[in-house]
Order: sequence, then C-alpha cells, then structure tokens
Amino acid sequence: MAHTAHTVKRYRGLMDWLTTVDHKKIGVLYLIAGALFFGIGGIEAILIRIQLIKPMNDFVDPQTFNELITMHGTTMIFLGVMPIIFALMNAIVPLQIGARDVAFPFLNSLGFWTFFFGGLLLNLSWLIGGVPDAGWTSYVPLSSTEYSPHHGVDFYTLGLQISGIGTLIGGINFLATIINMRAPGMSFMRMPMFTWASFITSALILFAFPAVTVGLVLLTFDRLFGGNFFYIPNGGSIVLWQHIFWIFGHPEVYILILPAFGIISDVISTFSRKRLFGYSSMVFATVLIGFLGFMVWAHHMFTVGLGPVANALFSIATMLIAVPTGIKIFNWLFTMWGGSIKFTAANLYAVGFIPTFVMGGVTGVMLASAPADFQFHDTYFVVAHFHYVIVGGLVLGLFSGLHYWWPKMFGRVLAEGLGKATFWMFYIGFQLTFFVQHFLGLTGMPRRVVTYLPNQGFDTMNLISTVGAIMMGIGVLMFLYNIVITSRKPANASNDPWEDGRTLEWTIPSPPPEYNFKQTPLVRGYDAWWKEKMDGNTEMKPAEPIGSIHMPSPSILPFFMSIGLFIAGLGFMFAKDEFGSGIVGFLFNNYIISGLGLLITFGCMFLRSVIDDHGYHIEKEELEDKGVKA
Amino acid sequence: MSASAHHAEEHWPHEPEKATLEGRNKVLGFWLFLGGESVLFGTLFATFLALRDQVGDGPTAAELFKLPMVAAATMILLVSSLTSVFAVQALHRKDVKAMLNWLIVTVILGFGFLALEIYEFVEYIHEGHTFTTSAFSSAFYTLVGFHGAHVAFGVAWITILIVQIFKKGLNFVTAPKIYVSAIYWHFIDVVWVFIFTVVYLMGKVG
Repeated sequence: MAHTAHTVKRYRGLMDWLTTVDHKKIGVLYLIAGALFFGIGGIEAILIRIQLIKPMNDFVDPQTFNELITMHGTTMIFLGVMPIIFALMNAIVPLQIGARDVAFPFLNSLGFWTFFFGGLLLNLSWLIGGVPDAGWTSYVPLSSTEYSPHHGVDFYTLGLQISGIGTLIGGINFLATIINMRAPGMSFMRMPMFTWASFITSALILFAFPAVTVGLVLLTFDRLFGGNFFYIPNGGSIVLWQHIFWIFGHPEVYILILPAFGIISDVISTFSRKRLFGYSSMVFATVLIGFLGFMVWAHHMFTVGLGPVANALFSIATMLIAVPTGIKIFNWLFTMWGGSIKFTAANLYAVGFIPTFVMGGVTGVMLASAPADFQFHDTYFVVAHFHYVIVGGLVLGLFSGLHYWWPKMFGRVLAEGLGKATFWMFYIGFQLTFFVQHFLGLTGMPRRVVTYLPNQGFDTMNLISTVGAIMMGIGVLMFLYNIVITSRKPANASNDPWEDGRTLEWTIPSPPPEYNFKQTPLVRGYDAWWKEKMDGNTEMKPAEPIGSIHMPSPSILPFFMSIGLFIAGLGFMFAKDEFGSGIVGFLFNNYIISGLGLLITFGCMFLRSVIDDHGYHIEKEELEDKGVKA
Repeated sequence: MSASAHHAEEHWPHEPEKATLEGRNKVLGFWLFLGGESVLFGTLFATFLALRDQVGDGPTAAELFKLPMVAAATMILLVSSLTSVFAVQALHRKDVKAMLNWLIVTVILGFGFLALEIYEFVEYIHEGHTFTTSAFSSAFYTLVGFHGAHVAFGVAWITILIVQIFKKGLNFVTAPKIYVSAIYWHFIDVVWVFIFTVVYLMGKVG
C-alpha cells in the first residue's frame, strides 16, 4: 500500500478550515457563510419594512430603497438560502448514501470558496463604488450604464458570476457523488427523499446556471467593453435579457424548493414513525417538477407581449406543475395519517410548511393564468406569492432540517422548548407579514415602490406587515440564541438522537468521524436503518471487512483560486476608472490587477494538475482505537 | 480503493481511465460538466441567432465571411479530433510513445486553428467589424471568441498533460486526465461544427 502517502500534513485551527476537503466541515462553512448573508439579507428586509410602515415615510431615500430591495433579493436567493441548502446537502447526503466522502472533495472546497468570495464581492458594494439598484432581476435597460452609471450592477454581474461558478461546481459534485458513491444495495429507488431532492436540484443547477452565466457575461460585456447585446440603438434586444434571465431564474426557484421538499419528506416520515407514503410517486413528482421547471420561464413575462399563443402555452405548462406538487402535498398528509406523530420543533416546522406552501401554490396557479396575471403583475400579490413559497416553503424547510440534523452535524440537540417557541414566533410573524400583502396587491399597491400616499386602504395592512417582519426577525434571533446555548452543552448526542431515525446517517456517531463509516454498510431496503431496527438489529450489516481507509489531503489551492477570481473581478470592474494616485491607476487601467487575479487562479489550476494528491490512509489500528463508540 | 488499484498496475485494463473510483468519478463528472457547457454554448447560440441580423452600420455576415479560410480552419479542427482519437486508442494499448506523438499533433493542429482564427478576427477588425460595431458583431465575437478561448484552454491543458506524461509516465492517475482532455477536445470540435453551420454557412446563405 501507499506508505509514502501516510505523512500528510494535518492542519489545526484556522488553517484547518481554510484547507479542509471534508464534506462535513465544508457543510459547516456553508452554514456559517449562509447564515451571515441570511442575516444581512434579513436586516435589509427589516429596513424595507420600516420604510413602508406608514405612508409618506422618509426613513430611507428612494435610491437607498432601490439598493435595499435589490440586495435583499439577490443576497437571500444566491447567498443566503442556497448556501444553507448546500450546507445540509454537504453534511447529510454522503451519510445518507453510505459514502465516505463526496466524489470531488477538492472541488467541493473550491465550490465553497468561489461562492464565498463571489458573495463577498457583491456585498463589498456597500462599502465601495455603489450598490446594485436595478432589482434582483437586473432588467435592462435599467441595469445598463445609461441608467445605472455607477459600479453597482458591475458588483452584481461579477459577484454573481463568481459565486455561480461555485454553485455549478457544487451541483456537478453532488450529481457525481450520488451516481457513483452509493453504498452496496443503495439503489436509486432506495435513496432517502432528501438525497433524491438533492440529486434533482443538482441536475437543475447544472442545466440552469450556465444560462445565467452567459446572461451575466453579456451584461458585463455591455457595461465594461461597450457591447451591444442590450443596447437598442445598435440593434440589441432587451427581451433577450429577460428570456436568458428567466430560463435560468425559473429553474432556480425549483432548485430552492426541491431540497425543502426532501427535508420535509424525511422529517415527516421520521416523526410520524411511518414509511413515507407513496415513495415512488414522490420520486416521480420530484423528477417531473424538475423537468417541467424548464418549460415555464415565460410566465414571468406574460405582460411583455409575446402574444396569446406563447402566453397560453406557458400558462398551461405552469398549471401542470401543480399536479406533481399536489401529489407531494397529499403524500405528506397520508404519511401523517394514522402515524404516531411527535411534534418536535423540526416536525412543527415541517407540518407548518404544508398549509403555507399550499397557499403559495394556489396563488401560483392564479398567477399562471395569463389574463389574471395582467392584473397581478408587479403588485404586492406577487410579492406575497413568492414569499409564501420561499419563506413559507423553503425557509421553514431549512429550519426544520437544521433542527432535525443539528445533532448529526454538531453532536448536540437544539433546545426543544425554545425551538418550538421560535417556530411560533417566526410562523405567526410570517403570516402577519405576507398574508396581508395578497390584499395589498389586490387593492393595487405596486411592488418596489419606496412609499405610498395615505388613505388608499394600504396604511393598516402595511403596518401589520411590518410588525410581522419584526416578529420574524425576533424569531431568527431566538434561533441564534438557541445555537449559542446549545453549543455550551456537552456534545453527547447519540447515533440516533430522535430514536426514530430511518436512514443511514443515524447509524454512525454524532458528529461522524472524518471517514464517516468505519465499514461501508450493506443496504437491504428503503429506509435502510429502520429496516434493520425492525429486524431486531442494533447496527448495519457491513459490506466490507475493517481495512485501511484512503482520505484526500487538505489543500489551500481552492482558497487562493477563489481569491484570484475575486481580485480579477475587482480589476475588471475598476479598469476604466480614474484614480487619484498614479500607481493604483496604472495597475488598474492597464488590466494588471485583473491579469494578476486570473494568473493566481490559472496558476493554482496548473499546480493542481501537476501535483499529484496521494492522500493518506487511516489504518485499521487507528480505526479500532477510536471506532468503539459505534 | 485506490490502494487495490496500485496492485493492479501491471495489468492494463481495457479502460484504464475507469480503473479507479477516482478515474470513474472524473470521467462522469467531466461528462456532466460538458452537459453544463452545452447549455452555455446553447445560450450563446440563441443570443447569436436573435441578434445576427442587427448589423446596424457595420458589415453583414455575407459581406464579411470568407468561406475558404473558415473551411480550412474547420478541416484542421476536425482532423485534430481524429488525432486525439488515435491518442486515446494508444492510451488503451498503453503505447505511450504513440500517444504522446498523437497528442503533440493534436496540439499543433489546435495552434493552427487558433492562428487562423486570430488572423480572421484581425481581418474583420480592419474591415470595420469590431466588438462594439453592432449587436451582430458583439454576438459574433462573444460566441466565436468563447469557442476560441476554449480551444486555447484545451491547447494549454493538453500541453501540460504531455509534459506530465513525460515526467510521470502513463498510469491510473494520468490516464483519466488524458481521457477527459480528449472528451473536452471532441466537445469543442462539435461546438465548432455548429458554429460553422449556424454562423458561417447560414451567414452566407441567408
């Protein structure tokens, strides 16, 4: 065996986190970074709501308001909830399929760091150069240099471009992991629903993100190099941007919601102590939603004037999505039916998810009707709709998943009582915030307005909405407090702290050792661990004898590769600016900074190619020393 | 898993690129990556098709393109795809010398293609067809330039791999690298076939 490979550097402290290729630690990194950006996006949301608390308010000026709504949407979607989804995928999916690691540990780390530095670049706009202010959709010509002359939109295009690379890498990694790394016996139709959802979400990422990559490239070229893609006097087309953005943007919302479906399926099944009702139809519905998700993008563009035929087709395709989604809703209800349900905090979030998501789905079908959409378009009705599916769907799902898997990630169960109180605070706050917004929209309040005149019937509902938003903010703070008090307790969670665990992650210690499974488990059916329990076994049957385990080496290269992109982004952005001092201007204006950034990135890629990573082995004796707990 | 692969090193299997789990992951992951690349180029093609008639004051496609030179570039790239197939066949036979020779030929052909493309772009710029001339010109340079950048990346990548093979030899670590670079090379070749058709031939005809 590769004895030479055994002398690997093992870092400690900060260097450990910068160089780690362990999917569990990368999951924690995603969680921390995602929580940071979620917090920033949440503060932006509360500032928006404070501005709208009363008519003719002047808490923020109109420019700042535009910046707040743009950054709230962009931050929440790309930098807040997606990384938290990736956190759970990283922490849990390899465990659920009985794998020791992901297919590409190095790329996993690269994906995290590019996402992180892209997000950092985007949020750097608050400090230098101007903030994106053209809405999260950055429609042209609003986002062109003509109407957005400062660097705000450049931060948007380049920041999202860099973080998008990270997301794409993550998607490919999870596809390859789920296809190639499953334990013996873990056939596709035995995979837990969260793994299935992660699989389909990753496929959507793979096929949707390159479209926005191109869109952002075109917008960047228009803004920085004088391209004409969206510049009408020279023959450009603004509808082209909308098509490209939404051909990515609509699959994106399914990228967000499918993992939540997966979490809810696992949580409801566990705490109902029943097999998930209609597992195969659940899988089928997930695949179908993923497929149909690519066929509906123009329903965001009903009022553009694509014509009645296009509108009708996209209308029908959109309504079709209600069918697989409805299948899922009924499957969750039937899973609970007759189950012995435990209302833990995780399950409260999961059960609370169902009615709110149904509401979001029903308003979705209303919006899918093109003639009605002409009335709803650009009103608060739309805002209410997508917050019901994203907050009432995805965010509740994420809280559910965090409560459920927290002990597996950190070895400590989050405080249940406080967790339930948090749920009620957040849930009631959510309903107060967004329920009234349906009626605000129906009575005619447009979205993205900085203020409104009194006595139009908007005043009370806006006040209620703001109060609700503050309650949601308090709910998030309660959750953070829960994390703090929980982290002070001893890490003594058992392998299966809920005692009703059904899937493979509950067969190994909490938190798992770096190699996850001392012996790869043999999977004998769906709900592999539950099946063993029902057969009277206390552990999984191993599929291999205990032997030495090969591990990948840590690496700092992903960190530097991403820093290179970050520097290159800044370099391109400011290449044409005038600088006071000579040397800085010289470096930027001659593309030296951007060249240097790209050189760092490509140099790291070169090093990665030529330096072989032999990894290292954890020998049998070491495993037997510390593996006894299992 | 890779440990057992070391034992099998004497035996050269039919598909050495998939002999280890790392190799299988790499090949699969790369195919998936090419799926994403297809969407990337698909979107660029869609953009080009939407904007190709918007020439403004600049020259039109029919005035601009000279098919003989583009046809020559096409032939060069198609032949380079064939030579990379020969390289992979040599890889499967573990004929390192033939593999290296075919890879070197592939790289030289790649350079030839790039030289023609750069010459072509310089010509167009002299004829008043720059990136900022019209929506058509922006879309043209972005689509064809993205492809050209892919060729340049491929040339650099395969060159680095040739050096690696000289230093490290052909084994279960280097075999998947050669194999995926060959898939990549075929992919950019296929993209070029579409560019030749959609950009150049359709540009000449209508």
